[in-house]
Amino acid sequence: MAKSENELTWKDIEIGAAVIEPGSAAAYRTGDWRSQRPTYDFSRCLKCGICFVFCPEGCIGQNQKGFFEANPYYCKGCGICAYECPTRVIVMREEEEK
Amino acid sequence: MIGKRHGIEVSIALADAVKLCDADVIAAYPITPQTHIVEHLAELVAEGELDAEYIPVESEHSALSACLGSAAAGARTFTATAGQGLELMHEVLYVASGMRLPIVMAVANRALSAPLSVWGDHSDAMAVRDTGWIQIFTENGQEVVDQIICAFKIAEHHKVLLPVMIHLDGFNLSHVIEPIEMPDKQGVCDFAPHRRSPLTLHPSRPVAMGDFAPPVIFTEAKWAQEQAMLVVKPTIVEIWEQFAEKFGRTYKPVECYKCDGAKNLLFTMGSFSETAMTAVDKLRQAGVDIGLVRLRLWRPFPFEEFCAAVKDAETLLVLDRCISSGGPGGPVASELKSALYKLDKKPKVVSFVGGLGGRDITVAGFEKIIVDGLELAETGQERIFEIVGVRE
Ligand code: SF4
Ligand code: SF4
Repeated sequence: MAKSENELTWKDIEIGAAVIEPGSAAAYRTGDWRSQRPTYDFSRCLKCGICFVFCPEGCIGQNQKGFFEANPYYCKGCGICAYECPTRVIVMREEEEK
Repeated sequence: MIGKRHGIEVSIALADAVKLCDADVIAAYPITPQTHIVEHLAELVAEGELDAEYIPVESEHSALSACLGSAAAGARTFTATAGQGLELMHEVLYVASGMRLPIVMAVANRALSAPLSVWGDHSDAMAVRDTGWIQIFTENGQEVVDQIICAFKIAEHHKVLLPVMIHLDGFNLSHVIEPIEMPDKQGVCDFAPHRRSPLTLHPSRPVAMGDFAPPVIFTEAKWAQEQAMLVVKPTIVEIWEQFAEKFGRTYKPVECYKCDGAKNLLFTMGSFSETAMTAVDKLRQAGVDIGLVRLRLWRPFPFEEFCAAVKDAETLLVLDRCISSGGPGGPVASELKSALYKLDKKPKVVSFVGGLGGRDITVAGFEKIIVDGLELAETGQERIFEIVGVRE
């Protein structure tokens, strides 16, 4: 994967700022847009994967214990996972909050 | 090697120079006083003398847009414009330089409306000062021809890859008939062969040009473009030296005329420089201490050469052919002042604005500018700039 645009220096820029290789949205830090983030209380989690299915960023994966969790590089904080979770595991909190 | 000189209108000679360079694509909209240039090119293409694609468009905005596509495809591309036409191209000028497309454009400088004027001054050039184009001002017909040839070599140089504007004063230069030596075809082909940009559109090597740049990358992109500007001046000087070796005519970013030991200097750009030279000659004979500094390369601005040329002077009289409305003097004068700022010992700058909208300044007019300017340097200039010959 190409470098993320945050990491490119002016020396990495092609002549005329041309884009010379195909890319995908995988390189975009969509997490930068976020004002709220999902927080979890896994004690109620059914590991049903509904949040995983509904996340429009496709950014939810399973952690080592098998719980479903968002990757903050891509999570844009839309709150869909929290809305869809049947057992209210997920609570959206403002970025500034702990 | 001195070829044959013959009398020819400068616009026609310019078009012939584009033919000598074998331009592949010309897209242009005719506008006074540039018309003769593209009309003659259209004839050359129609008669089969120049094997190029001539794209007649419905506006200057489209003319330069078509040039973007053609230069991006790797074709040697030419266009010409003037005055309002250059302003209509304005946003596309940034696209051409940002995409590093080696387009060559002749600008027959013209005043901007209102009131409507088709005559020459530098308002159009000054309005596009910061668009990232290389900009060269010419003094006479021979120089126009020579600079057009150099422009293709400069623009397409692998270190440069930036568009070039060649400025010639509307009517004062574009429509006069002068004795001009046309370089020979083979010589031009050897001097400025077609050079493909390392990055051109091609179906088997897909690239995206002029892409979207969010705040996180725009600064880096602009800085990369600015770094290219840093090597432009030495490359131009090198190409002008090669030109001198081959064709015998020498050009420099800043040229001095009778400057040696002169305490007072007059500063000009464009075709007025020749008239100013005669005025300097006459006043020198009358014992006035005056020299002339002429600027050929306007962008990138040749700071070192300019500061070296004026370092011993006490007074610098600057003639602008453009008003910087509400600004700190004419645009050239205020720019020269900032170029001088870091010098410990700087000359006093007296700013004149004149020759607007085709108003002529004769030799006597320049003599008056010099005499008045020297007096103002002594007594102090009350107004921000002096307007030449206005009826009060
Ligand atoms: S907040 Fe939206 S983007 Fe983030 S994990 Fe939940 S569904 Fe996906
Ligand atoms: S939707 Fe809720 S319960 Fe189901 S896996 Fe996700 S967090 Fe656990």
